[in-house]
Amino acid sequence: MAENIEYTTTGKPHPYHLVRPSIWPLIGSIAGGILATGAIMYMHDVTLFADTEKGVDGVKVGLNGVFAGLVAVLLVMFFWWKDVLFEAVTEKAHTPIAMIGMRYGMALFIASEVMFFVAFFWAYFNAAFFPTDAIGFIWPPANIHTIEAFDLPFLMTMILLLSGCTVTWAHHAILDGKNDQAIKALGITVLLGAMFLSFQAYEYMHAHFAFTDGVYASTFYMATGFHGFHVLVGTIFLFVCWLRTIKGHFTPEQHFGFEAAAWYWHFVDVVWLFLFAAVYWWGGQELAMDLRPE
Amino acid sequence: MGDHDHKPGFFTRWFMSTNHKDIGTLYIIFAIIAGVIGGLFSFIMRLELQEPGVQYILDSAGNPDGNLWNVFITAHGLIMVFFVVMPGLIGGFGNWFVPLMIGAPDMAFPRLNNISFWLLVPSFLLLVLSALIGAEVFDSDYMKHIEENGIHLGDFFGPGAGTGWTVYPPLSSTLGHPGMAVDMAIFSLHLAGASSILGAANFITTIFNMRAPGMTLHKMPLFVWSILVTAFLLVLAVPVLGGAITMLLTDRNFGTHFFNPEGGGDPILFQHLFWFFGHPEVYIIILPAFGVISQIVSTFSQRPVFGYLGMAYAMVSIGFVGFVVWAHHMYTVGMDVDTRAYFTAATLIIAVPTGVKIFSWIATMWGGSIRFATPMLWAIGFIFLFTLGGVTGVVLANGSVSPLFHDTYYVVAHFHYTLSLGAVFALFAGFYYWCGKMFGRQYPEWMGQIHFWITFIGVNLIFFPQHFLGLQGMPRRYIDYPDAYEGWNAVSSYGAYLTGLGTLWFIFVVLYTMTRGKKPSGNYWDVPPQSFTLEWSLPSPPPFHQFDIQPKVK
Repeated sequence: MAENIEYTTTGKPHPYHLVRPSIWPLIGSIAGGILATGAIMYMHDVTLFADTEKGVDGVKVGLNGVFAGLVAVLLVMFFWWKDVLFEAVTEKAHTPIAMIGMRYGMALFIASEVMFFVAFFWAYFNAAFFPTDAIGFIWPPANIHTIEAFDLPFLMTMILLLSGCTVTWAHHAILDGKNDQAIKALGITVLLGAMFLSFQAYEYMHAHFAFTDGVYASTFYMATGFHGFHVLVGTIFLFVCWLRTIKGHFTPEQHFGFEAAAWYWHFVDVVWLFLFAAVYWWGGQELAMDLRPE
Repeated sequence: MGDHDHKPGFFTRWFMSTNHKDIGTLYIIFAIIAGVIGGLFSFIMRLELQEPGVQYILDSAGNPDGNLWNVFITAHGLIMVFFVVMPGLIGGFGNWFVPLMIGAPDMAFPRLNNISFWLLVPSFLLLVLSALIGAEVFDSDYMKHIEENGIHLGDFFGPGAGTGWTVYPPLSSTLGHPGMAVDMAIFSLHLAGASSILGAANFITTIFNMRAPGMTLHKMPLFVWSILVTAFLLVLAVPVLGGAITMLLTDRNFGTHFFNPEGGGDPILFQHLFWFFGHPEVYIIILPAFGVISQIVSTFSQRPVFGYLGMAYAMVSIGFVGFVVWAHHMYTVGMDVDTRAYFTAATLIIAVPTGVKIFSWIATMWGGSIRFATPMLWAIGFIFLFTLGGVTGVVLANGSVSPLFHDTYYVVAHFHYTLSLGAVFALFAGFYYWCGKMFGRQYPEWMGQIHFWITFIGVNLIFFPQHFLGLQGMPRRYIDYPDAYEGWNAVSSYGAYLTGLGTLWFIFVVLYTMTRGKKPSGNYWDVPPQSFTLEWSLPSPPPFHQFDIQPKVK
């Protein structure tokens, strides 16, 4: 191409990690199909095996399909990652170059997640910069009682920032080989994540607008809701790392599972900062609802 | 893994695979099957359009069914984009040849590779079922129905998703499509999107992390470059589609107002989000084709690719600029004149790197000792026809001209010259170029050449007249047309029949090759050193695991 490609051999075996055949990808995609089908049947209120002529009522699917799909997906995740941990811990198959590959993989996954959030921020700013007659040409819409930014949301910001510190503390502890400290720091991080989620649940329960109350509510719940889901995923990820720290999986040299969780956590943190600044603060009313109990 | 060529048993090999070549083969089989189905949809569409009036697209009572027509165009578009071209070029050839060309034993994440393939199956099933669900034929009284009404095409299809592949609301909201078909199509796209993102991350990691020593980025074959750029486009563009269709889903089912003006939402927002994905998507389709064509032109001209670095960075810049031109699909929505001016200018800039590629291919052939074997015929066909599609693209890029052509057959002709006569030609080119390498069977040369000429004449008959129809103002996505358009529509349909014949011939060629094709040598094209890539250093087919001992590039 550029020049002639002439090749010879290094004479050495390749340094990569090739994995054995696995059933989980196949089962995983079937599970994904069940989840999607279940969701469709739930949304359209499908009743199976009904026969009006014979007077058979049939079975209302309801949320059962979604539930089955979700359980299947979670099971596949569990067993798939169990295999990965076996290869990493027992087989020591994750060579240095394989770990570089995992870094690329995780970084690219996070990049795609960033673009996923871009869609929701786009929707938010589209609605906020060009408020239409339906919402009174102002943002936030006149009939929406927004959530005061420097109340609970600010506290949640502080919680996430603090959790960013504790996860870094855990990282340094692992790098220094101080496993006890890492367990402590990671445990605190997981608790902070859980605390954030509880506050968000509280906020949702007390908000004065519902998901269906126009474009403000749509963008608010979609963006903060998907963020909350990512906090949940990140918290579970960190919780697994906490268990693995207790089991002594992480060494100063080899702890990519933890690093991936930490990267993910920082990503979730940064998304929140944008949400806080753009949705709660810039997009809130000056004297917004006070969430504190009377 | 010491045993060199030990293949696992049938189920393990094909359903639990962690082998990039087997997964690549699965992708290719999938793309061929989906291609036949997607092609059947378009064949019936051309059958219908051959004459004015509505002859075939009738509902179960025998009346013209415009929605069924829309279901056909939607199924054809989505199938061809997501289940034929992408699995074929990226999943099939990418999986097979990226590791081989960079001297790697496999992809970086072999299990992920497998789920990328298998996710396509439920995704495809959801899409096809979305067109079938609720069909008359599934009714227990169907025999009685036939006696009363006779058999019509509409018996076999339900209400379906007649939204076009762009899925714009409000047509795609519950207002236009109350049934479950659009939700099925949305979830189909979710699954296909997950497949694409995982696959793309896998390709980028493989290319950055698993090149043999000495295989610097600037020595990498252009096909690998093309897959690298494509994978970046996928990682960055597909999630935006995911977000958009998720919002469409909640608008449809959970009462949100993202695209509903009644609650302050904006249907144009969906178009922005869709095309922010959709425009990179068209480069996702064509860039791997560029890569395939570069390899073939070099091999059969027996010269190194002219301007290798320019070729590589032309693809990179097409990828970059491809992200900032999306609104040229939306000139008619009432954008500000400055916005239209910007998108016109940005779009026209893409002609520059594209021109670099076209001229470099020609310069590669210039003075070369050209062998007109089947892959080279497809490659030259590609260059000629893609250039034509590119030139009409330059016309359509203009915000002042495009509104006149918007949603006419001129646009249909344009994008079929780039896709159907571009990407699909590259699919065939790559298939004939590599089929001996992949399957260890070489097609008979005359059979391939006949396939090329039938298809070349056929597709040009289909799509060249559509330029005239578009210039005369015939709108796209319509089931019927005034008599004035009859002549060129008839010609277009004759072309479709010829192309259909070519496809049957292709299936015969494949079956003949797989059973009776000659067993080729490792370097059966006698690829000269100046065009050499590492797959030619291996036997045909390569061993189950290649490069156990790592090669080194000088």
